Amino acid sequence: MEGGKPSTFNLNNLYKFMFSIFNLAIRNLRRYKRRTLLTSVLITLGVVAVLLFVSVSGSFKAMMIGQITDSMLGHLQVHRKGYLASIDSLPLDRNLKGKQVAEVKEILEGNDAVEAYSMRIKLGAMFSNFSETTNIRLNAVNPKQEMQTVPMLIDRIIKGKKQGLLEKGEILVPELIAKGMKVKIGDTIVLVATNKDGSVNGQPFVVRGILEGISGPGGRDGLIHLDDARALLRIEDREVSEISIRLKSMGRMNEVLDQLKDRLGPIKDKMGKPVFEVHTWEKLSPFFNIAEMIDLMTFFIKIMLVAIVLVSIMNVMIMAVYERINEIGTMAAIGTVPGKILSLFMVEGFLLGIFGTLIGVVVSLITIAGMNTAKISFNFGRQKGLLLSPTIALSDVVTVAGIVIAIAVLASLQPAWKAARMDPITALRHV
Amino acid sequence: MTLVTAKALEKTYIAGDITVRAIRGVDFTIEPASFVSFVGPSGSGKSTLLNMIGCLDPPTSGFLEVAGQDVTHLSSKDSARFRGKHIGFIFQDFNLIPVLTVFENVEYPLQMVQNWPKEKRRKRVQELLKSVGMADQGAKYPNQISGGQKQRVAVARALVTNAKLVLADEPTANLDSKTSNRIIELMKDMRDEFGTTFIFSTHDPKVMKNAETIFTLEDGRWEGGKVEG
Repeated sequence: MEGGKPSTFNLNNLYKFMFSIFNLAIRNLRRYKRRTLLTSVLITLGVVAVLLFVSVSGSFKAMMIGQITDSMLGHLQVHRKGYLASIDSLPLDRNLKGKQVAEVKEILEGNDAVEAYSMRIKLGAMFSNFSETTNIRLNAVNPKQEMQTVPMLIDRIIKGKKQGLLEKGEILVPELIAKGMKVKIGDTIVLVATNKDGSVNGQPFVVRGILEGISGPGGRDGLIHLDDARALLRIEDREVSEISIRLKSMGRMNEVLDQLKDRLGPIKDKMGKPVFEVHTWEKLSPFFNIAEMIDLMTFFIKIMLVAIVLVSIMNVMIMAVYERINEIGTMAAIGTVPGKILSLFMVEGFLLGIFGTLIGVVVSLITIAGMNTAKISFNFGRQKGLLLSPTIALSDVVTVAGIVIAIAVLASLQPAWKAARMDPITALRHV
Repeated sequence: MTLVTAKALEKTYIAGDITVRAIRGVDFTIEPASFVSFVGPSGSGKSTLLNMIGCLDPPTSGFLEVAGQDVTHLSSKDSARFRGKHIGFIFQDFNLIPVLTVFENVEYPLQMVQNWPKEKRRKRVQELLKSVGMADQGAKYPNQISGGQKQRVAVARALVTNAKLVLADEPTANLDSKTSNRIIELMKDMRDEFGTTFIFSTHDPKVMKNAETIFTLEDGRWEGGKVEG
């Protein structure tokens, strides 16, 4: 009778072998339908929990960071050394001098990563509506520069004209002060400020708009024109308190920070001390700590997912090996090499991981789409009605899916190894 | 040329403090296309001897040659390869893979062990299923056929690779006497058709009488030597 010679090993044989291993693995998984389903559901729930958490927390984080950098801080800020440590008292004697400002300007103009920058004078003043007086913190800005550097600032004007931000002689009043001092658009108020020499000066301003308060440093400051601040404080030099910088891509923040530090660091004063300090928004806003906490929570949620997948797959595969000891013995006896037995059980674990992950990803994407359609809003501090718009990056989906599948394979390695190393005689005797 | 040659073959197991000499220096030869039975009481060493010939269990000492190859000191991987190429197995409990159909069970050694091309594989499986009278049952799963049919499938699986030697450990122990006789007849027919050597262990006197050569074991030694049936 004609017999077939074993064909030589090549890629085609590998493909056929893998196909038959997958076929056998699928049948074995279908053999214990309930157990396969339960394990897959567990993996699915884990994947859904992680992806939803990543998408919701990520969207919240991105929204808050966007609001902080695009409507208030910018990505980077340059100050005179020591300014930030005493920022609460808004010290005018720690402003950057005109010459120093020019140096920074020259560096920023030559950096292709910088999209825009804005010069600011920060000051404290007395705010009077002619019958009552209160304290106010102010940011004096060049409107054109400021709109380019923090483009979302204009969205914080909740009453009044938005176009052009503001003109000389106008003020944008923070919401709380406007409410407390009962001022309306078009009202005239007086700002009284003390300059760095201690002399006091006052100047009338027309209320152009009401500015929404947001969480974080400078989130409840009023806004006036830079030239008005110079006049009010009788500053003759082109000095400023801070230079806020917007980058073309936030991803280049640390790279530009290093470049600025390299260029500005060597500049020293007469005492031989550095003149400048450069900070990212992360150092300026306490929200960065919240963002870091969100990242930490995401990490722990991922660890939990890994544990769920590891324990459930390992449990299932250990059971599968135990229940099929006799079958493993038969396969080994009729000539199946240990590597093929190992592959079979590992493919089963891999398929369980794939199955649970695929369903989990689909359910997560549908849920995320549903949440966006439902337009869920939430409050953060004094900010009401923030719209939750969860999104998930493809890289996050791929990472989570990759972790789950890798852990599924890893979890099946030990039981599969045990099956492959099993002594055929012992296995065949197993009842 | 002999198919199996054993010289001073020994197998010793150590279980805790106890040393068990399962096979105590036996010599024997088995010719191609013979129909051999190992008989003896429980614990006499029949299964141990079959396992050594089948390269499932290495001898402790002595010399063992199967199909022209010294198999005394094969590694587990080489043993698996040797079994896949030269030896077929028939088990007392049939040991068919439950998730595979009858056809796929017979196909398994060609596909997973020997990597035969699909068309050649299918032709060969069909031939074997026809030879064992199971050609019309190929699509059924093991739980859909009787014990006798399962053992027929096991015979087909053992022969499908053109194995020179088929080892059957108590092949009729789980079958009624009528079915047992049919299975023994089938194995004999297969031996005649393919020239395969069958070695089986048994307690069953009805099975023993069908053997052409009987080796009787007692306490790991031959009792009364070889008996030509």
